Amino acid sequence: MRNCYHKISPQMTVETYTAQFETISLENGASLSPVCVAYQTYGQLNAAKSNAILILHAFSGDAHAAGISEDGKPGWWDNMIGPGKAFDTEKYFIICSNVLGGCQGTTGPSSINPQTGCPYGLGFPVITIGDMVRVQMRLVEFLGIERLLAVAGGSMGGMQALEWAVTYPDRVAAAIPIATTARHTPQQIAFNEVGRQAIMADPDWNGGNYYSGRPPGRGLAIARMVGHITYMSDESMREKFGRRLREKEKFGFDFSVDFEVESYLRYRGSQFVNRFDANSYLYITKAEDYFDLTNGTGSLADAFSRAKARFLVISFSSDWLYPSYQSQEIVRVLRRSNHDVAYCELPSNYGHDAFLVDVAEQTDVVRGFLASTHKERA
Amino acid sequence: MAPAGQTVHKPFVGELLGREDFSIISDIVEPNSKVLDLGCGEGELLEWLAENKGVEARGVEISAAKAQKAIARGVSAYQGDIDEVLEDYSDHAFDYVILSQTLQETRNPLKVLRDMLRVGRRAIVAFPNFGHWSVRLSLLLTGRAPKTPLFPYEWFDSPNIHFLTVHDFDQLARKEGFTVERCYFIAGRHRLTVLPNLLAEEAVYLVTK
Repeated sequence: MRNCYHKISPQMTVETYTAQFETISLENGASLSPVCVAYQTYGQLNAAKSNAILILHAFSGDAHAAGISEDGKPGWWDNMIGPGKAFDTEKYFIICSNVLGGCQGTTGPSSINPQTGCPYGLGFPVITIGDMVRVQMRLVEFLGIERLLAVAGGSMGGMQALEWAVTYPDRVAAAIPIATTARHTPQQIAFNEVGRQAIMADPDWNGGNYYSGRPPGRGLAIARMVGHITYMSDESMREKFGRRLREKEKFGFDFSVDFEVESYLRYRGSQFVNRFDANSYLYITKAEDYFDLTNGTGSLADAFSRAKARFLVISFSSDWLYPSYQSQEIVRVLRRSNHDVAYCELPSNYGHDAFLVDVAEQTDVVRGFLASTHKERA
Repeated sequence: MAPAGQTVHKPFVGELLGREDFSIISDIVEPNSKVLDLGCGEGELLEWLAENKGVEARGVEISAAKAQKAIARGVSAYQGDIDEVLEDYSDHAFDYVILSQTLQETRNPLKVLRDMLRVGRRAIVAFPNFGHWSVRLSLLLTGRAPKTPLFPYEWFDSPNIHFLTVHDFDQLARKEGFTVERCYFIAGRHRLTVLPNLLAEEAVYLVTK
């Protein structure tokens, strides 16, 4: 498993590996054993082991960030990771793992609890962004990397990047938090709570114990519909759907699908049910809501006083879920404490989704920032 | 790569960057110092200083598109308004704070200058000289707001909102108790020593407090 580094070229199939760790202690006092971590790697680790970058996925992402999976799907950030791309696999060794609590190969509530032989369900401990990062740290150690060139991610991935920079200051040369916040705000918590309530209101959820029966697909689909609204912008929705009707000339005067946007949300919701576990939704959104880099002290300056990394902070003009002012607050605190920080708000109509889809300018800034970080370290 | 035995002359920084004030600034800045460039544009000067003088470079730029290009160059720049950003820094956080061709565009130039000398041990200020004979002549002959190669804008779309001359700067420095360590005057590609307020198109000052 240790010698799994391989080069990828466009359209090349990538594999998912699994690392297993004996015990992980968690922030809430509990511990988990064992913990499996699903991960992929792209590019090659250099002899000095100085070119490794850890990519951190957002809420519903997975380890498959780039290349084409065995079942033919491109990675969730394939437009950013690959030969000649922002995270250039000709230069850097890229790692991406599924988060703790996830359902794409890393231990989570749908995993088998070795003590009962059944899925954990709500027996799974409540985890935090810090716990996710602790598990990633174990993976990085397991891969033999002492110091990462960079940690990078958008949304919840950005929270992990911030957490990395303050928890393991000697282990990251640079952090790239994108479209994110230093602490979840009431509005962000509110949307997550609507999603959780939708799931728990579905009778099929059954107190989280549904693995032998029908999963709470209706609740999970509604949760995802709400999520998708928050990922887009007013403008991108108007552009994408307008008030167009779906396969009809006039209103149906019933509650079937009338509008394109309804059809889109229903489709996205139903697709999500096939690939995501409802309990993982509860646990991961809870971890986001608990996220506060200041640990409740309110002092971001204290939190960042430990950090030694360079920072590249990026926000998007139309992102109203993680608006620019939240990134600017991070930048301001870093600047006040004389940290090395670069920041820009990129123009985009795509809302929060911009970091996944609107990547031309994001590519330029990430590429330049990584190149100068790499040069400094060399 | 040049053939063996042949000396490679690095292009003079002014030619490299296309701005005479940049070449003076790069002569002033000592190696391995900490530099903040206010209104850093696309980061050309900071990139040059980082590569050739090993400085720790930071830049502030109000235009998102320019800040983005500076970051793409590898410069730690961020988008922000220098009138506001300067307040954030601790005293003497930098060895040099540079303000090149931007003083006349700030809303509150005196506050910016004071903050520069609080945040930096030294301030480097380069500005276009409104006392240049062409400006005087333009106003005298046309009776309209001066429009010259140095100030090419119409009065209504000019980014320059505070016009100053070499004498104005000298007088302000005296009044504020700034020490002018060095000053340079430029006309075209030449440095001047006589009648700077009349002949200089640009002035570069190194000041301390």
